[in-house]
Amino acid sequence: MADVNLVPSSGFVEEIQTRSGQPINTCYQCKKCAGGCPMSFVMEPYNSGLLKLIQLGAKDAVLKSNTIWLCVACKTCGARCPNGIDISKIADVLREMALAEGVAPQDKRILAFHQAFLTTVQHLGRAYEAGTIGLYKLKTATFTQDLMLGAKFMAKGKLKIMPERIKRVGEIKQIFRKAKEGSK
Amino acid sequence: MKLSYYAGCSLHSTASEYNASVGYVFDKLGVELMELEDWNCCGASPAHSTNHYLGMALPLRNLVLAEKAKSDLIVPCAACYNLLKVADHAVRQHTGAADAANADLEAITGAKYEASIEVRHPLEILTTKEMLQTVKAKVVHPLSGLKLVTYYGCLLSRPREVVAFDDPEHPQIMDKLLSTLGAEVRRWSYKTDCCGGALAMSRTDAVEILVAKLVTEAERAGADAIVTACPLCQVNLDTRQTKVAQTMPIFYFSELMGIAFGAPDASTWLNKHIIDPVPVLTAQAKGV
Repeated sequence: MADVNLVPSSGFVEEIQTRSGQPINTCYQCKKCAGGCPMSFVMEPYNSGLLKLIQLGAKDAVLKSNTIWLCVACKTCGARCPNGIDISKIADVLREMALAEGVAPQDKRILAFHQAFLTTVQHLGRAYEAGTIGLYKLKTATFTQDLMLGAKFMAKGKLKIMPERIKRVGEIKQIFRKAKEGSK
Repeated sequence: MKLSYYAGCSLHSTASEYNASVGYVFDKLGVELMELEDWNCCGASPAHSTNHYLGMALPLRNLVLAEKAKSDLIVPCAACYNLLKVADHAVRQHTGAADAANADLEAITGAKYEASIEVRHPLEILTTKEMLQTVKAKVVHPLSGLKLVTYYGCLLSRPREVVAFDDPEHPQIMDKLLSTLGAEVRRWSYKTDCCGGALAMSRTDAVEILVAKLVTEAERAGADAIVTACPLCQVNLDTRQTKVAQTMPIFYFSELMGIAFGAPDASTWLNKHIIDPVPVLTAQAKGV
């Protein structure tokens, strides 16, 4: 793990425990979570290391880690943890906290995908795959990625050109408004 | 039997073959599926990953609609199933987040969710003892000789206390279903491992490695194809086999049921696949 500037604080672990509902302080580093995590090979630190940093109050290192963005919420950790800690719920809280505090992810692609997807849902009430891909490519300038695959999808009619829009999309917009108010 | 049906966004686009084959199979079995009126996206990974309120309120609106329709809700997409089930569970547990979102939904839509219905996956309905007998009776083209591994992935398995309707570490029901169709289901150890589908676009490099592992292990198990119950797993496995020696087709369980039932439109479903599944079916039909 890279050098971490530690300013120990118990307030941080308390807050994350409360918001995620996960008993982080019971973690004794058996590392079953790191062993079973499908994304361990690209995470820095391992998910077990993330729990240690939270216990130590290293908020800055935690929010800047790529671990919180690479968690795919497969919940293998939660199924195997002897203390029942589901790290995906902790990652959900930490991403939300990073966004609220303006901490940019190291790799912006994952967040760009989430935002592109949700933009289509907010305006249509349903996900619009072609729109998500277009917005994602604009945000990440990955215009050449998957071009061949995209062409195959089009040829097979797997991607809808026209979006579906629900009738009461106003209700969805109200839900997004509430979500934005709550995340301030 | 009549049940409400939540297709979800993938089944209206990239996974239209899943939608069509599920519809065909239930119709054949005498179960009427009624699509939920004005349903919305469940939020998928992007909602719960960035905003806990969205992750709760978006699924909840669909549960409100399903409750109005007064019947259990069938959800074939494993991701939608998981998120609707998680929201349903949170309402039953009266978590603070669920109660708050539910109160807002009452203000926005005029009704809140009282948890009077059940969210169910098609595999649950199709694998009761009675239903398996009905399935067996409908088979006109047994899949004998077709070697398959079943892939349940994450979302039908975890969290176990909320979603697992089968053993979360070693599920069997899809195996039973495919055996009923006459297929040869092979043993392997990767039924509930993750394929990384949520990052297929943003971290393709990492996801290709996960997919290669699954396909390589399926091949080692002697399988001709992998069978899924999730549109995200299917698309991910079907499109990200860039690091394997030999590619392998990826079926939906419902497509194989349709084929065994003699569905006239099965070729239009299979035509949507990126990796052509027809050769393994032709070989099976010839008894090769």
